[in-house]
Amino acid sequence: MSILSISKLCKSFGFLKVADEISFDVPAGQALGIIGPNGAGKSTLFNLITGNISSDGGQIFFQNEDITQVSPMKRTLSGIGRSFQIPQPFDKLTVFENLLVAGTFGRNLDEAKTTDNCVEILQETGLAKHVNLPAGQLSLLERKRLELARALATNPELLLLDEIAGGLTQGECDSLVATIKSIHEKGVTIIWIEHVLHALTSVVEHLLVLDFGRVIAIGDPGEIMKSKEVREIYLGIEV
Amino acid sequence: MSYVVKVQTSASRMAAIGTAILIPVAFILPLFASRSLLQDLFFIFTMLTLAQWWNLLAGYGGLVSVGQQAFVGMGAYAMFGTVILLGWDPVPSILAGGIVALLLALPTAFFAFRLQGAYFAIGTWVIAEITRLTVAQWKQLGGGTGTSLPRSATRDIMFVDGIKALFDTKTSVARDILAYWLALILVILTIAAIYWLLRTRRGLALAAVRDNLQAARSVGVDPDKIKWLTFLAAAFGTGLTGALIYMQKARISPDAAFSVVDWTAYVIFIVVIGGIGTIEGPILGVIVFLLLQSLLASYGTWYLISLGLIGIIVMLFAPRGLWGLLSDRTGIELFPVQRRLVMNKKLSKEK
Repeated sequence: MSILSISKLCKSFGFLKVADEISFDVPAGQALGIIGPNGAGKSTLFNLITGNISSDGGQIFFQNEDITQVSPMKRTLSGIGRSFQIPQPFDKLTVFENLLVAGTFGRNLDEAKTTDNCVEILQETGLAKHVNLPAGQLSLLERKRLELARALATNPELLLLDEIAGGLTQGECDSLVATIKSIHEKGVTIIWIEHVLHALTSVVEHLLVLDFGRVIAIGDPGEIMKSKEVREIYLGIEV
Repeated sequence: MSYVVKVQTSASRMAAIGTAILIPVAFILPLFASRSLLQDLFFIFTMLTLAQWWNLLAGYGGLVSVGQQAFVGMGAYAMFGTVILLGWDPVPSILAGGIVALLLALPTAFFAFRLQGAYFAIGTWVIAEITRLTVAQWKQLGGGTGTSLPRSATRDIMFVDGIKALFDTKTSVARDILAYWLALILVILTIAAIYWLLRTRRGLALAAVRDNLQAARSVGVDPDKIKWLTFLAAAFGTGLTGALIYMQKARISPDAAFSVVDWTAYVIFIVVIGGIGTIEGPILGVIVFLLLQSLLASYGTWYLISLGLIGIIVMLFAPRGLWGLLSDRTGIELFPVQRRLVMNKKLSKEK
């Protein structure tokens, strides 16, 4: 059964088509990677799925319900969580409070009822040392971890990760990938936009290539990376 | 794993005990205090109430309004209107002032929320000016020159006879005592309400929206709802305060009641020098403001210039205000809202 189903989704900014009849399905429990050149419309696709921007046409189904017109807040409540490409922490709130906001409003629970879950996630994502530190004081890796942790605190069934491994050192990247793998193993469906290919391919089972707002290819990562067209578009290699 | 979520600090426990002692003392103060002290305290309490509401808007909600004088003026005029036109007693009319200010906040928010940042600030100011100009057309309440509360209404204000008998004093003194008590109740309720709000999950949402609107939305917070709630609450509280201030003054004019300097610039000064985004800040700020006023008020324009200079210096060298400076050095928080997670390491190791 597919948890997310996108059908002929369109979005233009002026003359620029950033989503051109995008259609694909994501089965529940899958990890799908999205790659594509800069400006291909990857982050826009996430913003369309979360409702941060509205589409010009097409439909988005989440758990068999049409959510195309649903507000971003309700989409979060129904189980879509996301991390931002550039970390967007609540600077003046502590790390713990960052998760608490997500845990109470993203699940519509009292603070006390969501605290257990928040504490668990803080340990899982390696933030337990910094729980009472204002989020504005975190390092880049910690901010990325906080993005992940805060998205998890909303208890998502579908987790959207936007270039979460970008800008990290090899070691940092590896430890983050390990965390993401363990989240995926618990059954959370993941869609992950990433330029760091080795990080991506070590987790995802499926790969989607986006270029000029169109789906160029979708399928097995190994086969896709072998395809002539993808290599030309994505890697700029003359074949 | 084992953990505790703590909000209280040892300083806040001391502060709670201190407050529990101070409040009854403040209520029986008219038994000993001079009339001029009561008038000073009335000024402190009302300015502090205005400052707390502005601080909630700007310091916690990121809504920097420079149009709060609209709600002071509207609350005051609604109070005069219900007294003069409907013949109500001034005390229940204060409540009418709060409600009318709340009603004015509905269209104000509708228009101003379309604007962001500096544009929002200017928008609120423009709306306040429009309100002032409109009220100045209200001929029954004196138009542009204003009016006074009729003697028939001020002579027998609710509770004044009782206070006269209790304290064995003149009507004018009894009216000051009544105004003092009402201001005391208002400031206590305001601080309690704001502190309660910040301790609930709505307080978290407010901070999240202030820090990052987009991220707040992505974790399920409805920014519009929380902004409306804050703005309407602040308008109601500001309107009540305006009505109370003008009940004590007993004379009103549009220029005074809608004064951007008296009801917004001074209030911003109090919040900024005291420490924006804290409940303690405005309390400290209003005391500093009163001291400066009693020291410098006779110097006229120089008074305003020095207020401005002090404001600039504080913003440059202590952006979190005097309370921020104090609290950074000592770690003292009297009204803590931060939820601190204390993990019990021993227990978690055993597990």
